[in-house]
Amino acid sequence: MIEFRLNGNCGVSPYQQIVQQVKSALRLGRLRVGDQLPTVKEVVGKVAINPNTVLKAYRELEHEGLVAARPGIGTFVVNTFDETTYAAQRTLRRSLEVWIEKARRAGLDDESIEALFVDTFLFAPKELVR
Amino acid sequence: MSSALAAIDLGKRYGRKWALSKCTLDIPAGRVVGLVGPNGAGKTTLLHLAVGLLRPSTGSITVLDQVPACSAQQLGRIGFVAQDTPVYAGLSVAAHLQMGAALNASWDMQIAERRISDLGLDPKQHAGRLSGGQRAQLALTLAIAKRPSLLLLDEPVASLDPLARREFLAILMDVVAEHNVSVILSSHLVADLERVCDHLVVLAASRVQVNGDIDDLLSTHHRLVGPRRDLDNLPDTVHVVEASHTDRQTTVTVRSVDPILDPVWSVEPLTMEDLVLAYMGQAEQQRRDLVRLKGGT
Repeated sequence: MIEFRLNGNCGVSPYQQIVQQVKSALRLGRLRVGDQLPTVKEVVGKVAINPNTVLKAYRELEHEGLVAARPGIGTFVVNTFDETTYAAQRTLRRSLEVWIEKARRAGLDDESIEALFVDTFLFAPKELVR
Repeated sequence: MSSALAAIDLGKRYGRKWALSKCTLDIPAGRVVGLVGPNGAGKTTLLHLAVGLLRPSTGSITVLDQVPACSAQQLGRIGFVAQDTPVYAGLSVAAHLQMGAALNASWDMQIAERRISDLGLDPKQHAGRLSGGQRAQLALTLAIAKRPSLLLLDEPVASLDPLARREFLAILMDVVAEHNVSVILSSHLVADLERVCDHLVVLAASRVQVNGDIDDLLSTHHRLVGPRRDLDNLPDTVHVVEASHTDRQTTVTVRSVDPILDPVWSVEPLTMEDLVLAYMGQAEQQRRDLVRLKGGT
């Protein structure tokens, strides 16, 4: 089961934050097909958020075919992004960790590391060169 | 859809001063509405008009499609928690519940007792010895246990510490999820409202400055930043809320359904706090312009 968190004042509306958190959990394999999302009542009691906001986020995820609501039971993951990348993600994460350690050793602070990553990512070729 | 609160040209005057004027609103049922504005903007006046504690000087107001306080049955459908969450200091928690049961036809003692035990309150304790957060929770419990269709809360969390505030709002949202009740709460803590509300009303200078569904409001408001320029050549569909200029740069907060395509502007999204402040700023600017105008004649 995943737990949602809300960032205030970041320019992303609460319902979009929930959608993004579910999607990112799916991408990283933290949520898999068959898993149940927390019920609206559970989310509301934990994060003090409007129930309509949670419903709206779940409806959007349903519309995208990622989750399905089973009336009276809950909302379940029925589809996910490419599962075959989970194994590759593990090694990629490890090499990123090595890279981050190197960056720290070279004296970069957190913001510089993030800026360098984002900048490289933005300007890297968008497709694989074959 | 039925409406939780509808006002047409509603106004309230105290002597020569208008506490609220030309207020026209239609808030559908089933929403959690945040009523925001600076002190003295008319928030409490609007809530008191909605409960029937005040009568309008002009215009009309209906709540759940009826005139406020027109009958005992109408009053039974409204739960109201006044500012500073008042309770009777000399009465015990249990006595508050007994009083609620005696005064309200639709009182649900089971809900009341369950909430009190969930909160960990001792029924024998006198309300005067409760903490601020507990007192607010007791006042909310009383309002909820009468099973209202509409809850009106006047700055319920203003005096609470951050933890008590979060707990209060979590319970309030729990009630919304369970009982399908409409809520109108006033506050100036915008960060809290962003989490719990889906509808926003900004009151400033006795007027409604903006009113709408929060997601709609956020997606139609933008901040434009660009080199210093006149605003006359903005398209007609773009409504300027607030503008400021330095010698080189112009920053504008606008409302526009269409996307802004002019490449001279860099377009940024607004947070809810930005939006509220922009409309409060607009009201303040109008007030100053008015004062200047009067001074000139």
